Amino acid sequence: MTEETALQTTPLHSQHVEAGAKMVPFAGFDMPLRYSGQVEEHHAVRRAVGVFDVSHMGEIVLRGPGADAFAQWATPNDVGRLRIGRAHYSSLLDDDGRLLDDLLVYRRGENDLLLVVNGATRAADVRHLGELLGRWEGAAVELDDQSDRWALIAVQGPLAEGVVTAACERLGGPPEVAALRYYGFTETAGGQGVIVSRTGYTGEDGFEIYVAAEQAVTWWRTVHEIGAARGLLPCGLAARDTLRLEAGMLLSGQDLGPHVTPLEVGLGWTVKLDKGDFVGRDALARQQRDGLERRLVGFELVERAIARHGDRLSIGESGGEDSLAGEVTSGSWSPTLERGIGLAVVEGRRGFAAPAAGTAAEIAVRGRSVAARIVALPFYRRPTG
Amino acid sequence: MVPNDRRYSEEHEWVREEEDGTFVLGITEFAQDELGDVVFVELPEVGAEYGEGDEIGTIESVKAVAELYTPIACRVVEVNQKVVDTPELLNEDPHGDGWLARLEVDDPSRLDDLMDAVAYEQFTES
Repeated sequence: MTEETALQTTPLHSQHVEAGAKMVPFAGFDMPLRYSGQVEEHHAVRRAVGVFDVSHMGEIVLRGPGADAFAQWATPNDVGRLRIGRAHYSSLLDDDGRLLDDLLVYRRGENDLLLVVNGATRAADVRHLGELLGRWEGAAVELDDQSDRWALIAVQGPLAEGVVTAACERLGGPPEVAALRYYGFTETAGGQGVIVSRTGYTGEDGFEIYVAAEQAVTWWRTVHEIGAARGLLPCGLAARDTLRLEAGMLLSGQDLGPHVTPLEVGLGWTVKLDKGDFVGRDALARQQRDGLERRLVGFELVERAIARHGDRLSIGESGGEDSLAGEVTSGSWSPTLERGIGLAVVEGRRGFAAPAAGTAAEIAVRGRSVAARIVALPFYRRPTG
Repeated sequence: MVPNDRRYSEEHEWVREEEDGTFVLGITEFAQDELGDVVFVELPEVGAEYGEGDEIGTIESVKAVAELYTPIACRVVEVNQKVVDTPELLNEDPHGDGWLARLEVDDPSRLDDLMDAVAYEQFTES
């Protein structure tokens, strides 16, 4: 092993080590990759409930008389329509409309917003927001990176509601958790408090619990105690990756990043071109008008094989007028579908139509051409009702 | 944890001499732990001949892919079809039921170049 100095640890690090988790460096943190096994953990979330330490994520607070207007300018989704107690999915863009990161925006009050960003990009995001504040001519905004003060515990799966409700009752968490709708949140009054939102990165029903770093171990253990009888397993980054991929959710720095715009990766619904000016708006409006030259697609392998990040994908006769070619940005075995699945960004002539579901594709997997087909996202949708 | 009845390569394969003079090849507990849940195992054809260090198969986990190498020149006389059909075996029992191939070896003295259990354990800890 090479020396991995200066790795940060989350407030739950000792719990992972005690549980015998395999630890890996991720986003600058020493994080659990898996505990019992990736596939077992994956199935626990699909069938029962799993708990994840995602405290590496960043929490950035925007407050002050100009906070709402600033966030409306700094992000492409419509903060003006975001009500108190609701969160929405959005992103940070550069002036060319390219994706720096994806994020959640929580509205805790008027001019009181919480941005939740990815761990690996947190420092760059804070710098970017600081630069935007330097260009900002509106009312005052306070930018407060609170990431070190928060732990984040995700409880995900069809049995998550019962576990989180019981944990909140036992530990004095926020009330009415079971009544939350998707992307709703509730929080305790006073102090740093506890925030519980009905959000996640797995494609299942589930909750994310934001607690003060000092309270993290108590919450983690309580969730385990309550969940034990319901089949709860602690889950690592490996299961998190296959769960989010099956759910068609993008990974920042891999499926989305400065190589693409939101329109190109299927996030057009988070871009509100009619809401007024925002960072990247002109570039995106132009792209919308002129048509796309690249698109994110989902694929599955027809043969028994697994395509990996970086493998080349092609559709149609090479050099042909309608041919598309690109690169796999996420590829894995799907434990639920039991086949290779993935995402790729393909390029073609400007304005090309998204390839229809069922379109044949080829992927070069370790020097061998493997048959694939385009499929609609998400790969997996949870049963409802 | 590391059985001392066999030799180990730096590529995390093990080779054990059997009573009938053939040699069994597998991957180590360390290797399976690095790979995580194995979903495909591709093994060589029976009868195929390989030189030392040749790639003879592929092991794919959910997370990663690893080539399988033979640490010794050999002829394949049997492969473990059970591990092809049930790849989890490789995670559950890599030193036993998760063996991969049975080999005939012309020059078994080359095995002396491989690590013994103590040396391999030190190798994986360093």
